[in-house]
Amino acid sequence: MSTDGELEVVGRPLPRVDAVARVTGTARYADDLQLPRMLHARILRSPHPHARILSVDTAAARRIPGVKAVLTGMDLPIRYGIMPVSQDERALEFEKVRFVGDPVAAVAAVDEETAAAALDAIRVSYEPLQPVMSIEEALRDPVDEPIHDPALTRQRGNVHRLVSYEFGDVEAGFAAADHVREDLFFYQGNTHLPMEQHSALATYEDGRLTLWSSTQVVHYVHRALAKVLELPMHRIRVIGAAHGGGFGGKTDPFSHEIVVAKLAMVTGRPVRCTLTREEVFYAHRGRHPVLIWMRTGVTREGRITAMHVRTALDGGAYGSYGPATVFYTGTLQTVTYAIPAYKFEGVRLFTNKAPCGPKRGHGTPQGRFAIELHLEKIARELGLDPVELRRRNYVRPFTRAVNWLRVTSCGLEECTEKVLQASGYRGRPRRPGHGMGFAASAYMSGAGTPIYWNDMPHSEVQLKLDRTGVTAYCGAMDIGQGSDTVLATVVAEELGLRPADVRLVTADTDATPVDLGSYSSRVTFMAGNAALEAARRMRRLLVEAVAEATGVQGDLDEIEVREGRVGEVSFEQACQLATTRFGALSTSGSYRPPRIAGPFKGSGVGPSPAYSYTACVVDLDADARTGLIRVNKVWIAHDVGRAINPLAVKGQVEGSVYMALGEALMEEQVYRKGRHKWPSMLEYKSPTVLEMPEIETFLVETVDPEGPYGAKEAGQGPLLPVIPAINAAVFDALGIWIDETPITPEKVLRALDARARGQEARYGPRRFPDVDYGAPIRVDPPDPHDLRVGEELERAFAAAGR
Amino acid sequence: MLRLPRLRYLKPASAAAAAAAVAEVGPRAVLVAGGTDLLPKLKRRQIEADTLIGLAHLSELRGVRGDARSGFELGALVTLTEAAEHPALVEGHPGYAEAAGLVSSPALRNAGTVGGNLCVDTRCNYYDMTYEWRRSIGFCMKKDGDVCLVAPGSPRCWAVSSTDTAPVAIALGATVVLVGPDGERELPAAELYRDDGIQYLAKPAHEVITALRLPPADGLASAYVKLRRRGSIDFPIAGAGVALRLVDGRLERVRIVMSGVGSHPVEAPAAGELLAGQEPTPEAIAAAAELAARPAKPLDNADLHHAWRKRMVRVVVEQALQRAVERARARRP
Ligand SMILES: Cc1cc2nc3c(=O)[nH]c(=O)nc-3n(C[C@H](O)[C@H](O)[C@H](O)COP(=O)(O)OP(=O)(O)OC[C@H]3O[C@@H](n4cnc5c(N)ncnc54)[C@H](O)[C@@H]3O)c2cc1C
Ligand code: SF4
Repeated sequence: MSTDGELEVVGRPLPRVDAVARVTGTARYADDLQLPRMLHARILRSPHPHARILSVDTAAARRIPGVKAVLTGMDLPIRYGIMPVSQDERALEFEKVRFVGDPVAAVAAVDEETAAAALDAIRVSYEPLQPVMSIEEALRDPVDEPIHDPALTRQRGNVHRLVSYEFGDVEAGFAAADHVREDLFFYQGNTHLPMEQHSALATYEDGRLTLWSSTQVVHYVHRALAKVLELPMHRIRVIGAAHGGGFGGKTDPFSHEIVVAKLAMVTGRPVRCTLTREEVFYAHRGRHPVLIWMRTGVTREGRITAMHVRTALDGGAYGSYGPATVFYTGTLQTVTYAIPAYKFEGVRLFTNKAPCGPKRGHGTPQGRFAIELHLEKIARELGLDPVELRRRNYVRPFTRAVNWLRVTSCGLEECTEKVLQASGYRGRPRRPGHGMGFAASAYMSGAGTPIYWNDMPHSEVQLKLDRTGVTAYCGAMDIGQGSDTVLATVVAEELGLRPADVRLVTADTDATPVDLGSYSSRVTFMAGNAALEAARRMRRLLVEAVAEATGVQGDLDEIEVREGRVGEVSFEQACQLATTRFGALSTSGSYRPPRIAGPFKGSGVGPSPAYSYTACVVDLDADARTGLIRVNKVWIAHDVGRAINPLAVKGQVEGSVYMALGEALMEEQVYRKGRHKWPSMLEYKSPTVLEMPEIETFLVETVDPEGPYGAKEAGQGPLLPVIPAINAAVFDALGIWIDETPITPEKVLRALDARARGQEARYGPRRFPDVDYGAPIRVDPPDPHDLRVGEELERAFAAAGR
Repeated sequence: MLRLPRLRYLKPASAAAAAAAVAEVGPRAVLVAGGTDLLPKLKRRQIEADTLIGLAHLSELRGVRGDARSGFELGALVTLTEAAEHPALVEGHPGYAEAAGLVSSPALRNAGTVGGNLCVDTRCNYYDMTYEWRRSIGFCMKKDGDVCLVAPGSPRCWAVSSTDTAPVAIALGATVVLVGPDGERELPAAELYRDDGIQYLAKPAHEVITALRLPPADGLASAYVKLRRRGSIDFPIAGAGVALRLVDGRLERVRIVMSGVGSHPVEAPAAGELLAGQEPTPEAIAAAAELAARPAKPLDNADLHHAWRKRMVRVVVEQALQRAVERARARRP
């Protein structure tokens, strides 16, 4: 960066620092790693959706030549789970199984064939229990027994979590409305489908465990290993191998990670396990199927007076991030639209399916889908332009929402204008079957609170500088989103280098300080800020050393650090001068979001130091004869605050559009006869390149006051508006509402048939089940202009007795 | 990773030797050409074998011979890419080339062969799953079990014929050349199939297909329309192969054969006859398509809803007829 603040590398579309390794095949994924004497592990999984385990007999398996160890649940009895409130998984179960695919036993053998043969030889006897396969069933009294012990869940039946909030006076809000509308939506579950299957390799040497894994969160895996294996954290090292795609699917600690670690400890040999594609469908943690009921009051002009949202989540067999997901289906509605009174009730249920968890957008695509279509319908009912209705309700920058979420920079208006202009949405020509749809959305740039309660930084970066140059150390894991590139770019910017000049050591718990990991779109914002702090400190030291050595007097800030030079000397010389002056240097930087959460229990889910905003228009053709849909083009504008690398941001936006198309039109993690209907990459349909429309991406830069160089997130938010925009475009094209995902051709024809019979031109859920959400926690809304954060906010809470 | 079982791979000196080898080794031997259908199935233990009898090295089975005037002979090892891109074939029997070009994906077409495609296993999404999955739900009669999971109570298997090239081949009146231990025979392509999801081929396991013979073009216009979820990779969930002649504005010798609707490529002779002698008006075509589609009864064992697939059969038949008619019109001087 030059002394006048002009950016040199930030904002330039440079290739990612790992681009060559990725495309030439030198990136080493976990499954590429081989160590001498390495064993192969396979995991035996439940064939029953719900059953008690009566016995596990491993004697025959142990006798097979080449089998080195067999584990059962008794070897790993300690429960774990990503959320402290939901410690409900075991690496291998010994009491009961909760879905087809639940791990029961594991084998380490000299090769995979032998391991597989050993699995075949393990005899497990089960007592099948009545499976629970839907939201409706999960709400009924269990036939045999609840999926989880109510003593652990402290809930009735198969309820996992319940939330119920009322912000402001909802009744008064509805009373003030000229018009009230209710709608029902269903968002189907789907999975991440990363190219790379999960894989982990462990060694146990000299009392120290090392695990290489395809994970998004080395720190959380570290914690889970310590807990389950009862080892101190300093005797465990977790290293993130080159990553072949996560999307949220590698954000939990997984059975196979714990299993290979234990097997390495038992055998004294390295052990690797790579999941099969089928097992990846069982590891899952993907999109929750969610049933959503929405009721909104509006004035004649289309201003929202109150909103009431109910959600019911099909959580699958375990908790995973579910306690947060249930909140996310309802909390972020308020950071796009100013809702003066808001009631939200949500329930997450256990079912006998692969556990759901966080998938790109974590819990918010479902709620977003519903609210966008709901507002679209309200607008049409009132005879208002659906975009105009939304705009009348858009949140304003630098305000606080009814549920206390603090909004800072917000480029919703600019994003909207960009896509409307570019797409010609307003004056669109009409031909039969052609439609256009619009939607808007918001997403978090990292969660404001950590998963386990603590006051420590969320991200830390250390820089080392010696006579050979500079190295950055950070626990962040590049899962393909480009976080390594962001780190290198930030450091390079501050030290006047090119990103490729910065050496990186990331995601290695021995070498790097903690970063909480690649989830909730937090890395650019948080690790970026930490890197910025560390780099500025390093720059200061460099400048000091150079000034001293070259006899420069006066303001050190006047010394230019740019284009590989520090003042009058080259960067290389500067490193030597600095090492001469100080010895090898290290600086660190860290980031912890300010306290922004509101003064009520459960306020920790939803706050983020900044929200990204997106708007999009979809253009498609829908064939009334076949129900088939062809998306022609997507215009999408994303308020990323500042694009640290616009090429990488566009990549994230395009990837989001791709994933959204899959969710909108074909992907379904569905079950038949108690098991996953098609755990296969051929049968589970996800779009190919041929289904991809042209995408025109606009980056809107609102320069957030708290983001690094003003940056906000880009990895998840752009997915959100695309899905409802597709449904809106289908309505535009054919005059039918498909109020659920995915829009299969069958559903289109059923809605057309319904219309032909004089019924509602709609396909979607018909009933929201009765759920006892309990009395809501009532929360007084904040002053929308009160933007205090941190200690100031805490003092205010204390004064108000909150 | 799913692993292949331990296998012995034999390279017989000729097609006849390959046939003899299969006969000799018995049920645990299986012929392999491109391996694109077979190898995944071996990994999933849908097919159990310990010996692969390789054909890929047999140059006698390669190459496209002949031309539009005399008819074509496609060696069984001709790849689908070669068939799809062969200029004379594209000109002479566009429907066949089109079908070959719609199989799966470019990579699989580079490996997959004409012979292998004719023999591709019938499909069912209760069957095209791993061993563990099938064991979990309970094996079905197509492999390791004795019931049908799609149609419980059914005495037979309804797995779906999913070859893309067979419908047009049959519609064109193609023949296949087979070599067995007792010598060679030639069979109408239609007679290669049986209406049975398990024993779907009407040939003994040891007979080797050496060639597919397509008739002289002789005014025949052909087309293949394939319905699948995505633009690539997917097997047909309904397909229609059509061959017809348009003589003085009237249709002659119309053959309509469908894929993805039954356990064998299903011909609709009545629909073909309905069109014979008629002008190819949209109404006539629609009526024939309706008639052709009527017997199709898709089950819940393939992609998308079976009721929707049922509705789509007539759409693909109609589209294939229209396309073939257009081609016939374009061809006339
Ligand atoms: C992901 C995927 C998608 C696919 N999509 C399609 C699709 O859309 N449409 C489609 O039709 N197919 C599809 N296939 C199946 C397959 O790729 C093709 O059918 C291909 O043409 C098979 O040819 P092959 O040479 O690879 O056959 P192989 O796998 O070698 O053999 C297939 C069968 O034919 C037998 N066989 C092979 N050659 C001979 C011969 N000369 N004589 C006697 N028997 C023989 C083998 O014993 C085996 O039983 C798909 C496969 C995959 C994996
Ligand atoms: S149709 Fe029935 S018997 Fe045949 S493969 Fe499918 S489930 Fe098995």
